[in-house]
Formats: sequence, structure tokens, C-alpha cells
Amino acid sequence: MQNSRQRNNQTPIIYLKPSTGWLSVNFQELWRYRELIYFLTWRDIKVRYKQAALGIFWAILQPLLTMTIFALIFGFLLKIPSENVPYPLFSLTALLPWQLFATALQRSSISLVGNANLITKVYFPRLAIPLSSVFAALVDFGVSFIVLLGVMAYYRFWPGLNILWLLPMILLSLLTALSVGLWLSALNVQYRDVQHMVPFIIQVWMYASPIVYPIETIPEGIWRWLYSLNPMTGVIQGFRWVLLGAAPPDLTFLISVVVVIVLLFSGLFYFRRMEKTFADIV
Amino acid sequence: MSDLALRVENISKQYRIGVVQDRPDTLRDLLVSRVGRIRHWFSCKGQRRDENLTHIWALKNISFEVKRGQVLGIVGRNGAGKSTLLKILSRVTDPTEGYGEIHGRVGSLLEVGTGFHPELSGRENIYLNGAILGMRREEIDRKFDEIVAFSEVGKFIDTPVKRFSSGMYLRLAFAVAAHLDPEILVVDEVLAVGDAEFQRKCLGKMNDVAQEGRTVLFVSHNMSAILRLTQETIVLDEGRIVMRGPTPEAVDTYLNMGLTKQGERFWASSELSGKPTPFQPVALRVLNRTGNVVDTVNAGEGFSIEVEYNLTDDITGLRVGLYLLTTRGEYVFTSFDVDDPALYDSFSTRKAGHYVSRCDIPPNLMNEGRFVLGVNASIYRIRRLFQEDKALTFTVDATGAPGSQWPEKRLGPVRPKLEWKIETIEK
Repeated sequence: MQNSRQRNNQTPIIYLKPSTGWLSVNFQELWRYRELIYFLTWRDIKVRYKQAALGIFWAILQPLLTMTIFALIFGFLLKIPSENVPYPLFSLTALLPWQLFATALQRSSISLVGNANLITKVYFPRLAIPLSSVFAALVDFGVSFIVLLGVMAYYRFWPGLNILWLLPMILLSLLTALSVGLWLSALNVQYRDVQHMVPFIIQVWMYASPIVYPIETIPEGIWRWLYSLNPMTGVIQGFRWVLLGAAPPDLTFLISVVVVIVLLFSGLFYFRRMEKTFADIV
Repeated sequence: MSDLALRVENISKQYRIGVVQDRPDTLRDLLVSRVGRIRHWFSCKGQRRDENLTHIWALKNISFEVKRGQVLGIVGRNGAGKSTLLKILSRVTDPTEGYGEIHGRVGSLLEVGTGFHPELSGRENIYLNGAILGMRREEIDRKFDEIVAFSEVGKFIDTPVKRFSSGMYLRLAFAVAAHLDPEILVVDEVLAVGDAEFQRKCLGKMNDVAQEGRTVLFVSHNMSAILRLTQETIVLDEGRIVMRGPTPEAVDTYLNMGLTKQGERFWASSELSGKPTPFQPVALRVLNRTGNVVDTVNAGEGFSIEVEYNLTDDITGLRVGLYLLTTRGEYVFTSFDVDDPALYDSFSTRKAGHYVSRCDIPPNLMNEGRFVLGVNASIYRIRRLFQEDKALTFTVDATGAPGSQWPEKRLGPVRPKLEWKIETIEK
């Protein structure tokens, strides 16, 4: 016994035993595998734009086209109010975090099943897989952010000091996507129904978020409260505040943040609990 | 204790097997099974489904230790639990019961090219695959040129691997894996792929790794590789350790497992499913000189081997052959019933019917030991009608063989009686 304790200093001892119950997240180990997360993210991006003539340019084109369609239908034809901001800019500020969320959610939910060949052959913290799909979405976000800067410059919109809050807002939308992605990816390992549900979830979720319409459309009171249970409400609200100087975050924003935290921790716990069985049932 | 690399105690692994609705794969199944369970609960309380029907133990109570620097072989038939054991040791999956500890970094090679992406170039895949196998980036940078040289893909290194030939793909994949530097290396049947040249290269590299004093656990069906690379081997069967011992003994045990038929092998029609052929084997027998079916023959007396079969159709150009192998899988000889041209001419077309092809093994040919018989029926260069490599084993007893006045063991599978002359050149 004495001996093995001495060894401990030089060589790490790995213990093999049946997993029991809820396990905490080993952030230290995750940090040691940061290069793997980096390479998996890099692979996702690289592969996505391989053999596409326009390559990463698609990350610019997609939000631009969606913005144009929204502006035509909801802004020009339906005349949806847009908080005194030109409608294209109004929808684009929401579209960016939304697409970050939607892409991350979509990719992370199928990520474990898509990487089944890795999971059944090599050990690494399984969290690396949904994490890297969320990070890959962040790269797209970064590219399409250039579009937003262009559109803002076109409408002569200069963000105030609030812009300092941009990073926390991006982080919040990433965490939202990650927390939902953790749940869905782990569920998808066992129930493939999830991957059929995800496109539908994303579609419904989009109309349940203030993207094409302002949050003021939702009646105050109980409805607004329910509405802010959708964490993307808070994220989009935050983005409009940071970039367009819209109404600052209020209590509804706080509700969104609390929901994200609850989702994230429960997602992590669920993921960790299911993790050990992935290789057997994927 | 201090030179211990790995220790497992009573490791067991249970899998649920495919009983429909036991493990719901879709939400619908889940709902159906939940409702069913509730209903079940109301109707017949306490009656549980027999666990043995729905669960299997892929491993049961496996305990062993591996010392630092030891190269340990693991052999067993398909389904014996080898892969499950390696998966547990490489932490891909958890044991259901038991405990184990591993001292040091584990590199597992359960497959070559894990995570290779066809769209990415050779260079990109080296980095990706390296990271997946647990290499650090600077480690890959440092070994990059070596890996490329080993893989011999040369100028194609920046081509997407989907355009690689399968040989290049394998070489590159193995090159990355071969440059992994863990303290403990766990290797599954990765050498069973690729052409002979590639396999030779892989074995050479494995040999180097073994020589470097690395701890290696090596699973293979290739007995000559096991014999070459390891000194000690574990034999697994049905999830249990049958034996652990010096590799030559363990290999013999493995090769003799399930082959203890008494000089005769019958084929049931159910075994011959698959594509129907006009050649239907009935039996393979070893006969002693008096014509009795025996498990042990006498080397000094000679014996016969016969194949009994039905032809459901006329066949032109049929030849029925035997392989004789040692239990280590080395061929001793191959012989066909129509090797004699005269016989071939008189049986150029065999009509549908019931046949026996019998050959006599002359006295004083085989050495003592256990041998394996394989059967093959084919039309040369046209069609293989039947083949079974390990159809039967039998023992040759050396009583009365040449030189048996000395009780020593003689090397080699044959022990022919040869004419010797001794001449005195100078007195």
C-alpha cells in the first residue's frame, strides 16, 4: 500500500470499476483533453465547408439571405414593428445569436451518434464531443458577425458602451445551446427519435423567440413571464440591448438566465450519468 | 508490487441482448414497455423475467496482473470476450462488476484509423487521429516526418484520404498508431488487415515496441504473431480465463479447444446453409490400418483419411482435397483425390450420387503430435464448392516410428523413414 502511494507521484493510476449514480464533471481531465476538443472543432468546420465552392462564405450568405427574406415578409409586407430600428437590422441582431444557438443545438444533438466510431474505440471525456460541435458553431457566428457590422455601418448605427456586454451575451447563448445539446445528444444515443424531433424543435423555438417580432408583442403579465422561460428570449433581448441600445435587461432576462443554469447543470448531470453506457448502446 | 503495470480483480461485464422491447430503442418502445410493465405489475406481481434470457455475461470474474515491460498475448475464439476485455482496459466501457487499476498512460489500438475523415488530407488526418489517440500536438509535430516516412504515402500527404488506395489508407493509419508512446499499449486485431507486406511491417513495428520494454497487451488470431511477440498468453473462452501460461502451451490449448472429436466429423444439413452447392459433405474420418475410426493413429503403421459426400448434380472437374496442418496452423501438406492424371481422366465428370474419396497415409511419415485436417472441394479455377479449415483433429502416436529407441521429442511435423548410408572415408 505504501508502495503504491509512492508510485502515485510518478505515474497516474487509473481505476476501473463499475460506475455508480451521478458523477461530477472532471474539469481537470477535460482541460487535459483541450487539444482533442480543438481538433474535433477544427474537423467539424473543415469538413463542413470542404468541396463547397463558396466555402466559409456560406456563413456570411446564410444570415444575409434570411435577413432579406424576413425584412421582405415581416418588415415590408406585414409591417411588424421593430422598436424604431430598421427592420433588417432588427431581425439580424436576433438572427445571429439564434443561428449560433440553432446550429450548435442541431450539431451537438447528433454529435454523439455521429461519432459512434470514436466512442466505441477510444477513451476520452465524452463531453469533448458536444462541446466541440458547440464551438464549431461559434466559428460560424464569428464570420457572420462581420455581416452584422456591415449592416450596422450601412444604417449608421454605433453601439454604445453596452458593447462591453457582448461577450457575456455570446457566452449565454452558447451555454443555452450547450445545455440543450447535452440533454438531446445523450438522449439521442438511446432514442433516435431525438434526431427527427430536433428540426421541428428548432422551428417551433424560433417562432417562440422574439426574432421576427419585438418582445412587446407578447402581453405583459403572466404571458410575458411564461415567454421568458425560453432562455433565448433573454439572449436576444440582451443582444438588442448591447448592439441597438434597446430596452435594458429586466427581470425577464434574469428568468432566462436562471433557466439556462438549471438546464445546464441538469444536462451535465444527465450526460455524465449516461456517459458510461454510450459505448455499449450507441 | 512496484513493477506492476496493470491489475484486474474479478472483472465481469454483462450485456443485454436483443430481446425485443427489453431495451427500448425509440420513445414509442419505451412508452409501450412502460405501459406493459405497469399492466404486468397489476396482473402477476413478483414474476420477473429470467435474467439469463435477456442478459449475457461477456466476461465473468477475470483476474490477472501484468508486470511492467511484459508483453502478454490474449487469444480466444470469436465471442470469447477478448474485445470486451480490451474495451474495459482501455476505458471505452465500464465493467459491470469488479475492480482494476492501471499504472500509467494507456494507449489503445482497437482499430487502425479511428476517426480518420475521408474528406481531410493525409496531413490533417495525422493530427486529428493523433489527438484522438491521445498524442499532444507538439508530440505529433515532432514525429510528423517519421510518421510520413513510415506510411510511405510521400507526396500524397496533402491529398484527401478518400482518394487514397486502401493500402495507403491503412499504412497511414497504422503509421500514426505505431508512433503512439504510451506506457501501456493495448492492441486488438489490427494486424489482420492489409496485404502481406503491410502485415510484415506492422509485425516488425510491434516487435520493436515489445523490445523497448513497453507493456503490451496483444490480441490476435494470428498464432504465429502471438508466438513471435509474446512469452505469456491468456486463453479466454466464454468470458472466462481458461489458462494463463507460456505462449506455446497457451496456443496449443487454444487450438485444441472445441476440436476434441473422436476421429470423425459429420456435417448436419443445417451447417451447410448459405448458398447451395451440388457438393454436400457427409463425413470426414481418420481410419487406422484395420479400418476402424480412431482418434489416435500409429505413425509406424500408416492410416487412412476419407471424405464422404453427396453430389446433388453432375460435376465436371471436381477435386476433393485435404489439408493437413499442425495445431499451430502450419501446413504439412495439401493433396487432392485427382492428383493422379489417370484418375482425373476417369473421373472427369462425376455423376450425382454418393461418394467416398479415401487416401492412404504411408507408414513412417508423420511425427507424433496432434494434427488438424481441413477439407476442400472445388472445380479448379472455376468455383470453390466447400471448404472447412479445421474440420477434425487427430493424434499421431510415435510408437514404432523411426528412431523411437530414443525417447526424446523430435522436432518437425514429419518423421519420415529415410535411407541412410554411412561410409567410412578414412579409417
